[in-house]
Amino acid sequence: MTKILVTVKRIPDPDENLKFTAGGLDLSSVKWVPNAFDEYAVETALRLADDVSNKKNRLAEIIVLSICPQKQRQHMTQFLAMGADRGVIVDADDSTLDTAAIAKIIAKVAEQEGVDMIITGKLSQDNEGNQVGQRVAGLLNWPQACFAAEIDWDREGNALAVSREVDEGVETKKIPLPGVVSVDLRVVLPTSVRNGVNPADHAFTDGPRLASLRGITMAKRKKVAIKTPADLGVTSSGGEATVAVNAPPARKAGQMVGSIEELVEKLATEAKVL
Amino acid sequence: MSKVLVVLETAGGQLRPHCLPGITAAKQIADARGQELHLLVLGADTGAAAEIAAAGYGAAGVHTITDPALEPFTAEAWADAVIHAVKTLAPSVVGGTASSTLRDCLPRAAAVLDAPLCAEVIAVKSGDTFTRPISAGRALLDEKVSGDLVFFTARGSEFEPAAAGAAAPVSAIEGASVATRGVEVVGIRKTESSRPALTEASVVVSGGRGMREGSNFKVLEDLTDLLGGALGASRAATDAGMVPADLQVGQTGKIVAPNLYIAVAISGAIQHLAGMKGSNTIVAINKDEEAPIFQVADYGLVAKWEEALPRFVELVKARVS
Ligand SMILES: Cc1cc2nc3c(=O)[nH]c(=O)nc-3n(C[C@H](O)[C@H](O)[C@H](O)COP(=O)(O)OP(=O)(O)OC[C@H]3O[C@@H](n4cnc5c(N)ncnc54)[C@H](O)[C@@H]3O)c2cc1C
Ligand SMILES: Nc1ncnc2c1ncn2[C@@H]1O[C@H](COP(=O)(O)O)[C@@H](O)[C@H]1O
Repeated sequence: MTKILVTVKRIPDPDENLKFTAGGLDLSSVKWVPNAFDEYAVETALRLADDVSNKKNRLAEIIVLSICPQKQRQHMTQFLAMGADRGVIVDADDSTLDTAAIAKIIAKVAEQEGVDMIITGKLSQDNEGNQVGQRVAGLLNWPQACFAAEIDWDREGNALAVSREVDEGVETKKIPLPGVVSVDLRVVLPTSVRNGVNPADHAFTDGPRLASLRGITMAKRKKVAIKTPADLGVTSSGGEATVAVNAPPARKAGQMVGSIEELVEKLATEAKVL
Repeated sequence: MSKVLVVLETAGGQLRPHCLPGITAAKQIADARGQELHLLVLGADTGAAAEIAAAGYGAAGVHTITDPALEPFTAEAWADAVIHAVKTLAPSVVGGTASSTLRDCLPRAAAVLDAPLCAEVIAVKSGDTFTRPISAGRALLDEKVSGDLVFFTARGSEFEPAAAGAAAPVSAIEGASVATRGVEVVGIRKTESSRPALTEASVVVSGGRGMREGSNFKVLEDLTDLLGGALGASRAATDAGMVPADLQVGQTGKIVAPNLYIAVAISGAIQHLAGMKGSNTIVAINKDEEAPIFQVADYGLVAKWEEALPRFVELVKARVS
């Protein structure tokens, strides 16, 4: 059966205020939540694997992989409850690893598991690198389809047709498998993912699915393998170092105006933009 | 002497203008390191190199790799070409403007060459330390990237376009083995618009969920056209299908920094702010006085767009005519 590896990261809750220390960020009391793009990645994998006419007929095995401290894996549990089949945790504080090392770990696990497809988020909302998926594809010498908004899985042809969001519009790219996909927001719109088995116009519920009660119970029984970077022969090279983290300069305080007439007047005479 | 190498994109035999800020960032890095700036032109036809070399942009040399497999763009073939250029020219830094093209191919090349990549640079602190936004722009990270080779992408809105200078010599790099690995670019759906590109416009007018439906954007379009600007939108508005997806401004949409940004019926979520906070003058019109957008606005007006916008259009019309 087709194997899909989905990479998932935990991030500090983006809705909580950041706590700045002298030149850094204090993460000691943050609430960890799943990276939104990785929720989209798991939902994408589930839509590829789902046969909506026959729940028992799964078209792919879905393995979720996270590099995170073993004890902080609620996000992994959530993804297993959504329907992923099993998990792999690479036990390490990912904030101490270079992006290059994160990508090497993912590539290594993909090789060990013999997967056909890797789905990553386009971006981690905290680090905002937008580079892990591309790196993994480079390391494995696989084709890549990044910033995916729509996916058609051609199972006979063992390929994906991916519509990707690029600066000029939407590009459609066909990649043979095995390959790497990084997903953007719109991949979770109701008809964005097609697997050739479900009717082409089948509409999924908008957004990533919620875990069912049964899913939550099942998740506890699903296998999660624990590995370390050393097991995989990966060390961080120290090519990236944080020199400082600062709050962005505040914008100078603005003013409220009482009417559209006043606004236009000020834009013309004060801001001189009209 | 080691070099800083900028990867350029061309179309129709010309340099694509969004590449110019990336050259400026690279020049700053080259100056900080005391190294030369070099430019790299990739494509099936690299005829644009002659014009680029004539303009020079402060570079000591322009290099080309010409191969039919480089067009249309694929990350696979472009990464191969960049890797070959690195092996031939031995630069210490490789980068360019953070376009969807370079965001796609440079991390791939960096991984193969086992080099770090600093993404979305907004300021050059020193030859190896760059500032980039993290967490939707709520914090700025000064990141040091070290090693014999490092990569970067620079945010186009944060660097001035490079200006033409003395001409530079052109030379062709031969012997690249460039492969698309069986991928096929089927086509690209472009959103046709007579307006300036979002990322290049000096005025951007954006609408949000509070516009309720696509047809209501008409009045925003009138305002946009009067001001000669580009139309933008929040994710809520694009997701609801009110306007095409590529008008989205924000963390996952376009990053804009126009002279004037007008946000109408947009609440001001951090992911939206991440894409427009750098604008020179920000105007917000929202019916809710508590809307967070007012915290970044230079001018805020609490009003319903139904009432404010028609009058806004009238007053602007009176001024520009
Ligand atoms: C991973 C991730 C990435 C994201 N990336 C982006 C991004 O790139 N860009 C982006 O924009 N969002 C992004 N978002 C979504 C973001 O969090 C917000 O949901 C979105 O920006 C809200 O859009 P909005 O302000 O139009 O809608 P709302 O938050 O619903 O606000 C609508 C506003 O309209 C006002 N309003 C209503 N009626 C009227 C009226 N008649 N007249 C005047 N005002 C009125 C209301 O007071 C309200 O403030 C992202 C979210 C996630 C999770
Ligand atoms: N520590 C991690 N564990 C698992 N996946 C990760 C990790 N860091 C990044 N990723 C994946 O890489 C994607 C892009 O991350 P980035 O390049 O950091 O923006 C994320 O959406 C994840 O899918």
